[in-house]
Amino acid sequence: MNLVTVSGPPSSGKTAVILKTIDSLQKRGLEVGVVKFDCLYTDDDILYEKAGIKVKKGLSGSLCPDHYFVSNIEEVTQWGIKEGFDLLITESAGLCNRCSPYVKSITAVCVIDNLSGINTPKKIGPMLKSADIVIITKGDIVSQAEREVFASRVNQVNPGASIMHINGLTGQGAYELSTLLYDEKVEIKTLVGEKLRFSMPSALCSYCLGETRIGESYQMGNVRKIDMSDKKDEK
Amino acid sequence: MITVQDMQNQSIADLFEQYPFLPGFFEENTLQVNGQINEKLIDYLKFLDDEEEAENRAIDKDQFLNSMTIYISQMLEFLGEDEHDGVYSISILPGTNKSGEAEQFGELKISKSEIVCIVGPTGSGKSRLLADIEWVAQNDTPTSRTILVNEEMGDKKWRVSSGHKLVAQLSQNMNFVMDLSVYEFLELHAQSRLVEDIEGVIAKIIEEANKLAGEKFELTTPITSLSGGQSRALMIADTAILSKSPIILIDEIENAGIDRKKALDLLIGEEKIVLMATHDPMLALMGDKRIVIKNGGIHKVIETSDEERKLLVDLERMDAVVQNMRTRLRNGEIIKKEDIGF
Repeated sequence: MNLVTVSGPPSSGKTAVILKTIDSLQKRGLEVGVVKFDCLYTDDDILYEKAGIKVKKGLSGSLCPDHYFVSNIEEVTQWGIKEGFDLLITESAGLCNRCSPYVKSITAVCVIDNLSGINTPKKIGPMLKSADIVIITKGDIVSQAEREVFASRVNQVNPGASIMHINGLTGQGAYELSTLLYDEKVEIKTLVGEKLRFSMPSALCSYCLGETRIGESYQMGNVRKIDMSDKKDEK
Repeated sequence: MITVQDMQNQSIADLFEQYPFLPGFFEENTLQVNGQINEKLIDYLKFLDDEEEAENRAIDKDQFLNSMTIYISQMLEFLGEDEHDGVYSISILPGTNKSGEAEQFGELKISKSEIVCIVGPTGSGKSRLLADIEWVAQNDTPTSRTILVNEEMGDKKWRVSSGHKLVAQLSQNMNFVMDLSVYEFLELHAQSRLVEDIEGVIAKIIEEANKLAGEKFELTTPITSLSGGQSRALMIADTAILSKSPIILIDEIENAGIDRKKALDLLIGEEKIVLMATHDPMLALMGDKRIVIKNGGIHKVIETSDEERKLLVDLERMDAVVQNMRTRLRNGEIIKKEDIGF
């Protein structure tokens, strides 16, 4: 089985891009499944089911979605193998810009949209910088110039990535993406022992454990303060 | 060949001098050099050896050095390209339609400064044709078409690199979303293309855009407050002059409140290959050829006939009448029967 992780900010068009891409993969006779990760709520699983795609969903609730993702990815992989998929796609929303969901040996796709503003590439961390393929969506509603500037900013933070434009509504570009996602020579059996491309955001403080009161005396563990002094931050 | 080894042992000041585009790269990767400009790159990056610092900043030192090396190579290649490396033609070789039947045309070659229209109902396969061109299809898409660039098999660089896109698009639905003035906007675009004479290019674009727009606008106007026609005029002038893509696709740009004939002349003058999806008779007849799409395939390629060209003169006259009325309405005048003129 092949495995691909797709990640990107909320509402950037991940589900639309995946649906259109799977359409092309199915026409080649490939069996594709999806696992959707989200935080509090998603009904994207219904969209996948409607398209006849086998899907599982996982909601992280009060946990960091990245940590939830990595704690479940092996079980998810085993489910995909058991179902006999040729390709399993995991979809997860990058809910903070420090998200870092990619595994070293697994194809990583980041979906980001033209409407998010040209300073966005700079603000997103490993989720964009360490992706193999960056998909830029919503190019049909912004000007050619904005598309070009946005793509060049993405290229500046991740020059090694393949950058593609996909229209999630018409599917233009999705066939082309589908050719990059499946390699019959790849056979993934387990992710045990594999490593993340970059460490995940970390936190272990009293608020992680359910504390709700405000004040220094309630703060324990990994706590950090803003520098409120007048001196300028150097880096 | 640029290697990480060579790069990291030079001072940042030396690197910035050799590669003037590098400060922008540092900026975009949130690295500020300030007082450390004379340090060797490897010494400057030492702060990332601290694991906590690297995790807080979410920057991996090796990854940064690798990215920087790739970026420098890409930019040098980009800057080294001259006019002779350009695209002067694309050719479409037939594939099949949705029913698997062979397309009925020989090789279709489209050269610089040529206009080819694409006609056919919605859903007939126009998007697929454009996607084939953009992907430089090599008998490896659902239509089995092959696209040649300069009569040779296309380079796969056109597929996924941000600096090499074959097709630029202009369509009716497009809007400006940035909160910038016209000047700032054009400056940003010019910078991203590493243009040297930024002032000159901006002056040229605003001049051309104002020739197309019904109402003139200034460099200080915010782009989001331009009218529909002004936006379209600016997009066309900007794409013609600043976009590196050799092919321009125009999608249904009817009734845009701009001088469409001048717009096409501008694109041709800038030596673009123009593909236009349109059912507007005046625009369609301005094309040298038109591709008829049916059932996912190219059904026919029609050369614009002499009779059609003659008709175009009448169509232009009719169009001028409507344009003239529009101007008169804008100026608060009354429209009369004799304004029709025939």
